[in-house]
Amino acid sequence: MSDRTVLDVYRYLPDNESEPTFQSYELDYQDNWVVLDALNHIKAEIDSTLSFRWSCRMGVCGSCGMMVNGEPKLTCETFIRDYDTQTITIEPLSHFPVIRDLVINMDDFMEKLPRVSPWLIPDEDKPLEDGEYLQTPAQVAHYKRFSMCINCMLCYSACPVYGLDPSFTGPAVLALAARYNLDSRDDGMKERAAEVSAHEGIWECTYVGECTQVCPKDVDPAGAIQMLKLSYALDWARSVVMPRSSGS
Amino acid sequence: MVEKMDSLQHDVLVVGGGGAGLRAAIAVARDHPDTSVGVISKVYPMRSHTVSAEGGAAAVISPSDSLDDHAYDTISGSDWLADQDAVEILVENATDEMLQLEHWGCPWSRDPDGHVSVRPFGGMKLERTWYAADKTGFHLLHTLFQTTLKYDAIIRYDEWFVTSLIVADGRCQGVTAIDIRTGEMLSIGAKSVVLCTGGGGRVYPFTTNGSIKTGDGMSLAYRAGVPLKDMEFVQYHPTGLPGTGILITEAARSEGGVLVNNEGRRYLQDYGLGQPLDLKDPDHPRKRTMELGPRDRLSQAFVKEREAGRTFEGADGDYVELDIRHLGEREIDRKIPMVRELAVRYIGIDPVHDPIPVRTVVHYMMGGIDTDTRGATSLPGLFAAGECACVSVNGANRLGSNSLTEILVFGARAAVAAVDHASRVSLPSNQLLESSARSEQSRLEATLLRKNGAGETVSGIRSDLQEALEEGAGIFRDEATLQRTCSTITDLQERYEKLVLTDTSRTFNTELVTALELGAMLDIGEAIAHSALARTESRGSHQRTDHPDRDDAGFLKHSLAYQSEGNPTIGYKDVTITRWPPGERVYGNV
Ligand SMILES: Cc1cc2nc3c(=O)[nH]c(=O)nc-3n(C[C@H](O)[C@H](O)[C@H](O)COP(=O)(O)OP(=O)(O)OC[C@H]3O[C@@H](n4cnc5c(N)ncnc54)[C@H](O)[C@@H]3O)c2cc1C
Ligand code: FES
Repeated sequence: MSDRTVLDVYRYLPDNESEPTFQSYELDYQDNWVVLDALNHIKAEIDSTLSFRWSCRMGVCGSCGMMVNGEPKLTCETFIRDYDTQTITIEPLSHFPVIRDLVINMDDFMEKLPRVSPWLIPDEDKPLEDGEYLQTPAQVAHYKRFSMCINCMLCYSACPVYGLDPSFTGPAVLALAARYNLDSRDDGMKERAAEVSAHEGIWECTYVGECTQVCPKDVDPAGAIQMLKLSYALDWARSVVMPRSSGS
Repeated sequence: MVEKMDSLQHDVLVVGGGGAGLRAAIAVARDHPDTSVGVISKVYPMRSHTVSAEGGAAAVISPSDSLDDHAYDTISGSDWLADQDAVEILVENATDEMLQLEHWGCPWSRDPDGHVSVRPFGGMKLERTWYAADKTGFHLLHTLFQTTLKYDAIIRYDEWFVTSLIVADGRCQGVTAIDIRTGEMLSIGAKSVVLCTGGGGRVYPFTTNGSIKTGDGMSLAYRAGVPLKDMEFVQYHPTGLPGTGILITEAARSEGGVLVNNEGRRYLQDYGLGQPLDLKDPDHPRKRTMELGPRDRLSQAFVKEREAGRTFEGADGDYVELDIRHLGEREIDRKIPMVRELAVRYIGIDPVHDPIPVRTVVHYMMGGIDTDTRGATSLPGLFAAGECACVSVNGANRLGSNSLTEILVFGARAAVAAVDHASRVSLPSNQLLESSARSEQSRLEATLLRKNGAGETVSGIRSDLQEALEEGAGIFRDEATLQRTCSTITDLQERYEKLVLTDTSRTFNTELVTALELGAMLDIGEAIAHSALARTESRGSHQRTDHPDRDDAGFLKHSLAYQSEGNPTIGYKDVTITRWPPGERVYGNV
C-alpha cells in the first residue's frame, strides 16, 4: 500500500548559510515506512545533500533522534502512517547546536558523561579466578531499567531545564549514575557525589518528567533522578547525624 | 573530542569503536599505561554495530561442559575450515573475557542463585551462551564504552573516517582520515595500527547489518596488499523479519521456538537435522538438532522449501513461520523481550498470539583480513581483530554467539601484539604524515570531489552491486551465476570511476562518506565473488550447485584474495588441524 505525504525538512549548512530554511519533499511512501526510510529515500533518489545520522535502523544504536512534528523521536521507530497531518515536519533535536541539517552537536553530553564515573567501582578488585560477583535476578532488576539508555539524546531535547540552562548535567547522564549506584556490585556512590549531587546535577531537576515521557527505551530518567535525590539526601543526613560511620 | 595538534600520533592506533576496538583499547590502557592509544571511529563508539547483537556470547561455564566440546562444536560448525589452534585460543580465553565483562559491570542475566545464566545456541552441544536478556551486544558495548571512559590515556577520534593506511618502509605507520565534522583530511601516525572495523553485510541488499557495515577495514588492508581470507563464506541467518531484515535472534529458538512451513510442518526434520520432539517434551529444544542446528543448514533448508512451494507468500517476499507462542507471555517477556518488541513494532505481530514471519537474511562475514592468532597481518605494523579479521575461528560457518566472544578474545590479543610491535619501532616523521594527508586529499579531489563527470550516483551503483551479489553469490551459487556477478562488478568499478557527488560542502558530508564506503564495498564484493568462483566445492555456507560435495583433497584450504590489476589473484593456504581430523558434520539425534 502506498500513499503520498510531504516532509518539511530543516536544512542548514553553517558554511554557507546564515539562517536555517525548510525544504519540502513530496513523496510516495509505503505503509510500513518509518520516517528514517523516507529520509533515506530522499537521500538516494531526490537529494543526496540531505544530512542526518543513522545506523542500526532497529532502535538500538541511538543515532537517529530528530524532532518529528515538534516531538523528539527515534526516526527508525516512528511510522509515517501514524501521522495524519498533511505534512510532517522534521527538525534536528532541540536544545543542541546544529552541525548541519539534522545533525546535532552532542559534545556537551560526551563531555559530561565521564564526569559521573559511569563505570563499576567495586569495593575492592576481585581477581578473575574468583569468578563472578553474585547478583540475584532481583538485584539485577534493581538497576536494569537505568542501564537501558541508548544515549539517543531525546531526553535532553525534551528537558525544559536543560533548554534553559545547558550546564545541567541532564537526564541520561544522571540515569547512568543511578544505574551504577544501584548496582549491588558497585561502591562508587560517594565518588559520584561531587558531580551528581552538585547544584547542576540532581538538584537542578524540577521533576517535570518530560524526559521519561519521551524516552524510547523506557529508562525513566526522572525516576532515576528522584531516587538519587533521596539517596544523596539520606547520605547527607546520615553524615550529619553519624559523621563517622558515613565517612568510612 | 580531539585537541587539534600539528601532528597526531599514537603508539597504538585502534580503528573502530565496536566491541573489538574498545576491548583492544582497554587492553592497552589498563595493561600498558605508558603506551599512548588512540581510537578512531566513523561513528560514536556506542553506535557501532556490536550494539545490535541480541542472543549472547559463548564461553564454557557449567561443570558438565568442557573446552574440548566448545572447540569441537566450533570446528564441526565451521565444516572443518577453522584453524584449530585459533579455536583453542578462543575457547580457552572465552570464560575469562566474560568474567572480565562481568567485573566491569555487564548486566548478565542471572539464575536465582546469583550465578550467570547460560542458554543453548545453534550447533552447540551444551548451554554455554551468556546473555543479557536479548540485548547482549548493547550491554556489552555500553559496558566496554563506559569502562574506556575511566582511562584518560584513551584518546578518541569520534566521527572520523579512515580513508587509507600509511605504508612506508614496508610497514604500516598510521592512517589518513577525514574529520567528518570539518571535512578536513589529516594523518594520524602510529607505530601499530589495529583494524577493528567490523563486517560488510551491506554489500547485500537484505541484511541485519546497520548502514555502517560496509567492509571499510577489509578494503583498507586489501589495498595495502594484505590478502582477504575466505571471503566466499557469507552467513545468512535463517530468521530475519521480511521487509526490514531486522534480526529475530536465534535465542528465540534456544528458548523453544520452532520453524514451520505453510503445511504446518516442522520442515527441518526433512533436512538431516534430526526428529522433532513434542513441544512439551522436557528435552525440547534438543541441542544440535532441528531448530538448534547450524545456520548454514537452516538457511539452505529455507531455500529448498521455497523451491518446493512450501513457504508462505508475503508482500515482502516468501517466509516461514517462527512460532514461540507456547513459551507464554511471561517467559517471552523475561527471556526475549526484544523479539516481542521488534515484531510488534515493525510488522505488527505480537508473538505471544501469532507466529512471526521470518526469512533468510545476510548476517555475517566469516571471511576477512588474513591474520595469525596474534592478530598480525602480513604487513608489519598492521593488526586486525573482530568481524573484519579472519583468524580463523569461524571457517565456513560461524556458530551463533561465537562472534561476540571472538571480538573480545582477539581484540585483547591484537592489542598485546600491537603493543609489542610498538615497542620495537619508532613513530613516523611529520613529513611522512603531512605528505600522506596531502596526497590523499589530492586523490579525492581528482576523483570523488572533482566537479564534472558522467553523473553516476552512489545509490545507483550501490543497489546494482547489492543485487549482483544476491543474484550470483547467494545461499546457492554456481559457475554461471558467479561469472555474471564478477563481470557485473567489473562494470560497476568502471562506473564508480565516473561517480560525481552533488554535495560539495566540507561540513558533515555524508554523501562523501557513502561514496568512500561504496569504494570499499566494491572491493569486498569483488573478493567475495572471485573467491567463490575459484572454490569448486561445497562447504558450510558456500554451496555450489555445480560442485555439491565437500572436497578435502582440493579445498581443505583457506582462500586468499589479493588485489591485482583487473581481477584479484586467488591463492590458498592450509588449514591448521591440531586434534580434530576432518569428519562428517552430524546433527540430529546423536
Ligand atoms: C543484528 C545482529 C545480531 C547479532 N547477534 C550476535 C550474537 O547474539 N552473538 C554473537 O556472537 N554475534 C552476534 N552478531 C555478530 C556480532 O555482533 C558482530 O560480529 C560483532 O559485534 C562485530 O564487532 P566488531 O567490533 O568487529 O565490529 P563493529 O561493532 O561493527 O564495529 C566496527 C567499528 O569500526 C568503525 N569503522 C568502520 N569503518 C571505519 C572507517 N572507515 N573509519 C573509521 N572507523 C570505521 C565503526 O565506526 C565501528 O566503530 C550479531 C550481528 C548482528 C548484525
Ligand atoms: S538508526 Fe539506530 S536507533 Fe535509529
